[in-house]
Amino acid sequence: MGDERHGDPKHSGAVDPVGQGDVNQFTNPGLPPHPPRITDTNPQAEKRAERQVMVLFIISVIGTVLFFFGYFGVGHTGIEIGTKLRLQNTLIGLGTAFAMLGIGLGIIHWAKALMPDHETAESRHEIAPESQRAEAQEIIEQVLEESGMKRRKVLRNTLLGAAAIAPLPAIFMFRDLDRSQLGAHAMVDRLRHTMWSEGVRLVRDPSGLPIKASDVQLGSAFHVIPEGLNELHEGKLNEKAKAVVLLMRLPKDKMTVSPGRETWNVDGIVAYSKICTHVGCPVALYEQQTHHLLCPCHQSTFDLTQECKVIFGPAGHALPQLPIKMDDEGYLVAQSDFQEPVGPSYWERG
Amino acid sequence: MSQTTEYTPKTDVGRIANFVNQRTGAAAAVKEFGRKIFPDHWSFMFGEVALYSFIILLLSGTFLTFFFDPSMAETHYDGSYVPLRGIEMSVAYSSSLDISFDVRGGLFMRQVHHWAALLFVAGMSVHMLRVFFTGAFRRPRELNWVVGGVLLILGMAAGFTGYSLPDDLLSGNGLRIIDGVIKAIPVVGTYISFFLFGGEFPGTAIIGRLYVLHILLVPAIILLMVVLHLMMVVIHKHTQYPGPGRTEDNVVGFPVGPVYAAKAGGFFFVVFGAIAAIAALFQINPIWNYGPYDPSPVSAGTQPDWYIGWVDGALRLMPGVLGDFSFERNVAFPWGHNTFVFNVLLPALGPALFLLGLLFAWPWIERWITKDNREHHILDRPRNAPFRTAVGAAGVVFYCTMWAAASSDLIATHFHVSLNDVTYWLRTIFIIGPFIAFWITRRLCLSLQRKDRETVLHGREAGVIMMSPEGGYSEKHEQLNEYKRWRLVSFDTPQYIPAQPDEDGKITKKEKRRAKWSKFFLEDRVAPVTPAELAAAHDHHEVEGGDHKSLGH
Repeated sequence: MGDERHGDPKHSGAVDPVGQGDVNQFTNPGLPPHPPRITDTNPQAEKRAERQVMVLFIISVIGTVLFFFGYFGVGHTGIEIGTKLRLQNTLIGLGTAFAMLGIGLGIIHWAKALMPDHETAESRHEIAPESQRAEAQEIIEQVLEESGMKRRKVLRNTLLGAAAIAPLPAIFMFRDLDRSQLGAHAMVDRLRHTMWSEGVRLVRDPSGLPIKASDVQLGSAFHVIPEGLNELHEGKLNEKAKAVVLLMRLPKDKMTVSPGRETWNVDGIVAYSKICTHVGCPVALYEQQTHHLLCPCHQSTFDLTQECKVIFGPAGHALPQLPIKMDDEGYLVAQSDFQEPVGPSYWERG
Repeated sequence: MSQTTEYTPKTDVGRIANFVNQRTGAAAAVKEFGRKIFPDHWSFMFGEVALYSFIILLLSGTFLTFFFDPSMAETHYDGSYVPLRGIEMSVAYSSSLDISFDVRGGLFMRQVHHWAALLFVAGMSVHMLRVFFTGAFRRPRELNWVVGGVLLILGMAAGFTGYSLPDDLLSGNGLRIIDGVIKAIPVVGTYISFFLFGGEFPGTAIIGRLYVLHILLVPAIILLMVVLHLMMVVIHKHTQYPGPGRTEDNVVGFPVGPVYAAKAGGFFFVVFGAIAAIAALFQINPIWNYGPYDPSPVSAGTQPDWYIGWVDGALRLMPGVLGDFSFERNVAFPWGHNTFVFNVLLPALGPALFLLGLLFAWPWIERWITKDNREHHILDRPRNAPFRTAVGAAGVVFYCTMWAAASSDLIATHFHVSLNDVTYWLRTIFIIGPFIAFWITRRLCLSLQRKDRETVLHGREAGVIMMSPEGGYSEKHEQLNEYKRWRLVSFDTPQYIPAQPDEDGKITKKEKRRAKWSKFFLEDRVAPVTPAELAAAHDHHEVEGGDHKSLGH
């Protein structure tokens, strides 16, 4: 940076190139002698190369024809998708491939075999000659001086202030990307509520059939949604993304039940949120033997016998449990909504 | 303007060229580029692969936009694919199915677009590795290295926004993961998620929003960066590998017209042809098998596209709970409890920030450690910069471990090992792997350098066994010619520079730190053979012919 700069006719001294011609080093022998190619010396070889290039270009033409054969010859597949679509995709694709490869390889072969193959040297130039830099600096200083930026401090500072806050409206315009018209607190509060509430039946996903306690056998797992979800017209997926539940029966002796949750199961039948507490994939795999639930996305493993505590993987807390009971007709219903937010953790979860 | 001084062209080409030049001044551009020299090497073609893939992406992507409808409105599918008929789905998914089944060549274009996207990021990645390992990022090309890094990130962004568009089950789960990661960001994460999705996940806005990013904003910025990147290549002129006749002051290679233009232009068609062949023969992302997005089902063994794998793998490697300690921390603030989701934040941001930060900063880190502020136009052979090559290898192992972790479940099922063990092993490799890779690579580089010295000093093994009059056997060594020798001796390897006093004669703490790094990286060093050493070695051979003295250092 502050180094002294040495100029010579070739370099202004702004840049220090890597040293050359050091006495301790060998001298660059220069470009090696250029051996002629066979196409340079043998007219027959030259003719042959020319023919090869031509054949490659003709292959390209055949490829284009093949494309049209696939496009019009096979035609619309209609509902015979199986073999016809595959055939069409292969013909169109290989046709395009040959059309392109023929041209590409032909040109490259032409360049390598028939165009001059002498490597030549071109000298580099200094990217930023020192004289230019000095001139540019002078110009910038003159511009600054004439603009009065330095002298008129009040103008400069008020302009800076105005310019600093002027973009704020542009940022706040994005507020209505969420068009719920809710306040900040209510927006976040949505994450605490699902469709579940007292008396909502547990029904099968996707058929919507209600589940009797007697249907739930040891070792089986039900994918469950709240009754009425399928009939929603607005926001069905939003509700489903929070409300999906896994329902299983555990042998009573294998269950650990923490205080306050004693009445949340129906004779060993338990319901847990299916949304992984890591980043929200559905926890879809139930291992009957060990009573483990496994998330296929990042392999978080939850132990059903310990109220779905995390025993492996990246999830940070247990799957929320849905308190359930039996209604008068013997169907399983929810006692209430989840007692904590389902799905991935977030700042306001607390 | 007098008639006598005006140039009158004699050929048709000349007349057209003259017409254009008189109105645009294009002759200057022809003069600049027409015979500009470009050096030739196979490793310079990765960047070309990326550039050409990008062009193919623009072409195939434009075709797809004519048929794709980025709407999340509900519809019932009534296209040609019978198994999904009557199923409720979004218009986006339905139109993706139509492209696949009811637009002739639509499936092919979808496959070309997807394969080209994979190749685009792959081309950029390998190109950046080439640039790193050969030291092409050094002055004056640091800024172009940064532009390249930005391009890599933009390429991943383009890939991810596009991956989500068909609104099938697989891509929907990908979005769900993104939503979970965004929600983990302290203070603003929940709101960013709401704003992005237009309310709660999944909402009905995200596909349209990603579509605008994917087809307008991201490609426009990529295009801008590509232009910047190539302009700087023109300003700097291309680097070249060391070789006879090549110096820091010249470029040795082929002129653009006709040889380089023909080769590079032809290579575009080769890349296009290769992608077309892959798209013709290998199915990718068969969205009709996955079904429309539904928050409930998920299929096991799903993989992200390869370039997102490392981030997904990092998410998998992180333990959420260790014993009774959860990385999800609820912290009491005066206004209430808030949650730090470290088990998501750390793996999602940590490795990426570390790796990309190091990548962007490396040209300056290396310059600081080596105190080498000279311009470099001749590339390093990777072995001749053992410290840099070792750091690069450590980075590759770090990246690849996370990448492998994204397939931990497939590794487990494929090799019939426990998934948990695979994760434990990968966690171990994640931490110690880079150090082992650093050490092994540095030793390998130094050994290869010593081998080069030996070859220069004693010649190459000729494969001829000679018997001496006494009955001893030895192998004949052939001396290298001066051109081959030049390749092995014409390098410049940085040396350890002890801490230097500054202008006030004091050695600053920063300088001491630099010296430590300098010692760590550069102390083990193999110098190139000097003419004097070569002469000595030749005398030595003539006198004794054996008994090597120790070399190096």
